Amino acid sequence: MIVNEKIAIDHGLKKDEYKKICALLKRTPNITELGIFSAMWNEHCSYKSSRLHLKKLPTKGKQVIQGPGENAGVVDIGDNDAIVFKIESHNHPSFIEPYQGAATGVGGIMRDVFTMGARPIANLNSIHFGSTQHKKTKNLLRGVVHGIGGYGNCMGVPTIAGQTSFDSSYNGNILVNAMTLGLVKKDKIFYSKAAGLNKPVIYVGSKTGRDGIHGASMASASFDDKIEEKKPTVQVGDPFTEKLLLEACLELMAGDSIIAIQDMGAAGLTSSSIEMASKGNLGIEINLNNVPCRETKMTPYEIMLSESQERMLIVLENGKEEQAKKIFDKWNLDFAVIGKTTKSKKIELYFDSEKVADIPVNTLVENSPMYDRKWKKAKLPKKNKINKDEINILKIIEILKKILANPNVCSKEWIWQQYDHTVMGDTIQKPGGDSGVVRVHGTNKAVAASVDSSAVYCWAHPLTGGKQVVCESFRNLISVGAKPIAITNCLNFGSPENEENMGEFVECVQGIGEASSYLKFPVVSGNVSFYNQTKDQGIKPTPSIGGVGLIKDYNKMITMDFKEVDNVVLVIGKTEGHIDQSLFARVILDEKNGPPPEINLFNEKNNGETLLKLIDNNLIKSAHDISLGGIITAVSKMCLKGNKGINLKKPKYLISEIEYFFGEDQGRYIVEISKKDQKKVLDTLDKNAVHYDELGTINENMLFLDEKTKVTIDELKGFNTRWLKEYMSN
Amino acid sequence: MKSAVITFPGSNCDRDMDVALKKFGFKNKMVWHQDIELPKSDLVVLPGGFSYGDYLRCGSMASKSKIMQSVINFANSGGMVMGICNGFQILVETGLVPGVLLRNKYLEFICKNVFVKINNKNNGYFKNISNEVLELHIAHNEGNYFCTNDQLKEIEDNTQVAINYCDPEGKIEEPFNPNGSIKNIAGIFNKEKNVLGMMPHPERMIDHSLSGEDGSHFFKNLINNLK
Amino acid sequence: MKISVIITLKKDVLDPQGKVIHQALDGMGFDDVNEVRQGKYFEIDTKETDPKKAKNKVEEMCKKLLANLVIENYKIIDA
Repeated sequence: MIVNEKIAIDHGLKKDEYKKICALLKRTPNITELGIFSAMWNEHCSYKSSRLHLKKLPTKGKQVIQGPGENAGVVDIGDNDAIVFKIESHNHPSFIEPYQGAATGVGGIMRDVFTMGARPIANLNSIHFGSTQHKKTKNLLRGVVHGIGGYGNCMGVPTIAGQTSFDSSYNGNILVNAMTLGLVKKDKIFYSKAAGLNKPVIYVGSKTGRDGIHGASMASASFDDKIEEKKPTVQVGDPFTEKLLLEACLELMAGDSIIAIQDMGAAGLTSSSIEMASKGNLGIEINLNNVPCRETKMTPYEIMLSESQERMLIVLENGKEEQAKKIFDKWNLDFAVIGKTTKSKKIELYFDSEKVADIPVNTLVENSPMYDRKWKKAKLPKKNKINKDEINILKIIEILKKILANPNVCSKEWIWQQYDHTVMGDTIQKPGGDSGVVRVHGTNKAVAASVDSSAVYCWAHPLTGGKQVVCESFRNLISVGAKPIAITNCLNFGSPENEENMGEFVECVQGIGEASSYLKFPVVSGNVSFYNQTKDQGIKPTPSIGGVGLIKDYNKMITMDFKEVDNVVLVIGKTEGHIDQSLFARVILDEKNGPPPEINLFNEKNNGETLLKLIDNNLIKSAHDISLGGIITAVSKMCLKGNKGINLKKPKYLISEIEYFFGEDQGRYIVEISKKDQKKVLDTLDKNAVHYDELGTINENMLFLDEKTKVTIDELKGFNTRWLKEYMSN
Repeated sequence: MKSAVITFPGSNCDRDMDVALKKFGFKNKMVWHQDIELPKSDLVVLPGGFSYGDYLRCGSMASKSKIMQSVINFANSGGMVMGICNGFQILVETGLVPGVLLRNKYLEFICKNVFVKINNKNNGYFKNISNEVLELHIAHNEGNYFCTNDQLKEIEDNTQVAINYCDPEGKIEEPFNPNGSIKNIAGIFNKEKNVLGMMPHPERMIDHSLSGEDGSHFFKNLINNLK
Repeated sequence: MKISVIITLKKDVLDPQGKVIHQALDGMGFDDVNEVRQGKYFEIDTKETDPKKAKNKVEEMCKKLLANLVIENYKIIDA
């Protein structure tokens, strides 16, 4: 087939890009070469629209061992232990085939982590679906949950936390973001940088089939009505093979034969080989006839672009081939020497003794396009004038019931009960809390992780929303007693070619950068997913932030369930009664305009760090951050978890009860303390200039404000736990 | 006391079981599925996980692996063999214990704490245990115990039912049955009571920071019985 | 009348179960197997008596529910 501009455009390349390819090669590429360029230059692999902005994110810190640019980020947790972690999107494949899409998403992110030598110890996910009324939502939710469970459960890695939301902007484009944490010894981390000449290049894992050819290009194309036609590119996950691959790789890594290792994810053999060559400033030569294939008559084009799962590429020390092969034979996995490193700085492919591709590596990587896309700055929306007389007649308990049963607040037990969250025997905080927590096996340390996003705030004002998500992640870690270390981000947005969507991206990233820099909570890994849209309508901007923190002594871990009757409950942080963009405004007032709550980074840091001090001094019995639904929603959840009630005090402020209880001001926590510690706690808060209110005292089983405003915890529990189960069983 | 845990391709609770056995005093050895002979052991454990990816039928392919002939011989000569979760599924496929494990009634994987009532203490596993009810953890997709009526009669006549799902007080009723098992059966013995298969994971309940501690009672009692 | 349907994975779609069953058979000494593909079999008893109509209906069932056309093919077998 002779390549021309039309074929290039069919591959998702722009006219200018095609011209640039011809100029760089000084000739017309052949079809295999064109396929390689289109895979490397698409948005998913090249970050061509986002690179410019991502550069501004803070990525360094005392504990950062590896920032963005590798398979995953790595942070130091002391005693020669390190945590490897990353979050990644698998949105488009999950919409097309929810089970396989979600499963291979989980498989891919776990491979990113164990490629670096780390044994995965926890999985998390952030999944977003269309309106609960939309006809596809139920099946998509069921398929995605089964897929995540199917893969993670089989791998024997606990799924310890997650986030699920419903919003009509995802009707035609759901989001599935999967995150994995792995544990590695600091001196046994593996990287993808090839080194040395004439080193054997090894292919291990599953065979190559025609799965997902052009999957990476699919992830960069938006959905339209012809979606059905894109179906054949779906990959099928095989968690059993991945489990074998994990054990085999870790066994090989225990020795000293690996120079570099890279998993074959998006754009398979193409991106993995080029990545290794590019990082090592080397060339790679591959004989495609040696690649283990599942189907007959596969072409070089198909072999290079296949996205078959559960495969790895390794550059080995000379002479270690036999020893390595033995390990992969033991685990019944394919093993083939397919090429070698060269000094040519080119990627050279041979098939049936013919040279089928010859491309300088730098043309694919350094010379890949980078765009400074046009973007529109968002204005801060005007505050709504709320009619206080109107809201003051609303009944708090009735609103609370509605909010607790709201799809975005209700208990997600139906989901996480389908994930094995206790395998590996180190899960000490299971899903449903502020963060999941797993022990560092055999030590007193534990690692906390959470995943957050606030699409509504980001949509209302991207800069504030970007900051808010980072702060919420910070709070979720602190609420379990963990010191926040670093984050990974999965940036889900609409089209970068749309100025408004691009603006949302730029300003969310700016917000994330400001907050993570101020909070010393750097970004160490991440991924960008653009073109999340149906027709021309982009999704609400949804950056997902995965936060990781350390608990030095796991006996000091905090949970959110109320512990003891008569204990005192405080709100840490100032309540102003911000109603705009709150769940209350949207669900009860049906008001969608207005600015999101403001972020005060100084208070955020000061409140959080002070609370950590209190926790370290064993003064906190339970804690929970205040988010969707405000104080009363947060306190209700603490009651439900602990099977206790609370006698609430009326606010001392001038703001109305409704604003006090349902406002979503940021930087706040609810904490339980015992009466005997009250003075010590209040002194510490005063000394650190942290604002607090006394919210009430714990009772047996009743949420009680006054005789007219009370409800049993059992009744509230019904509202909170029933909705999702009933929705899924109808 | 010596124990052996078999690792099949796809086993994923083998390490957890190793940790638990060692914690309560066993000298444990890990045994690879392709080995021919078992090391000298007082207890052999088939751990949980997804041997062979749960493909075809759960446990079916693992039951045909090389080491299993030795395990079957060991069991037939009176040796203690315990299968947990996927290990139970493997035992069923070998025929060492009767019945089959079907997909959970609601067709969903379930991971949660459950209570089980000990039905028979006249055996090496539960003899002398002070608890009547244990709080244990389940995590499975195929734990719905099924057998024919004739088999059920035989199992009951021989007091082969080991544990039943129940409420915290030990009431064995349908609402406490997580997966649709006949008669709330969570674990059964062979006729001689030296082979035990059960769905719950005692190894996930061995310290106060985890989901609970009732697994500790089980293991402490087990090693004392073997001494 | 009774109509049978066989659902199999499409030719180029990975069949993890078939692959592992193949490996297990090999390990048990059945070493002359080239490939194993796993599928599903359905027997549908319908009130429809016209074979052509019945077949059409079953075809619709395959498309709408029984087969996942993203990765599977179906084959209708007359009773």
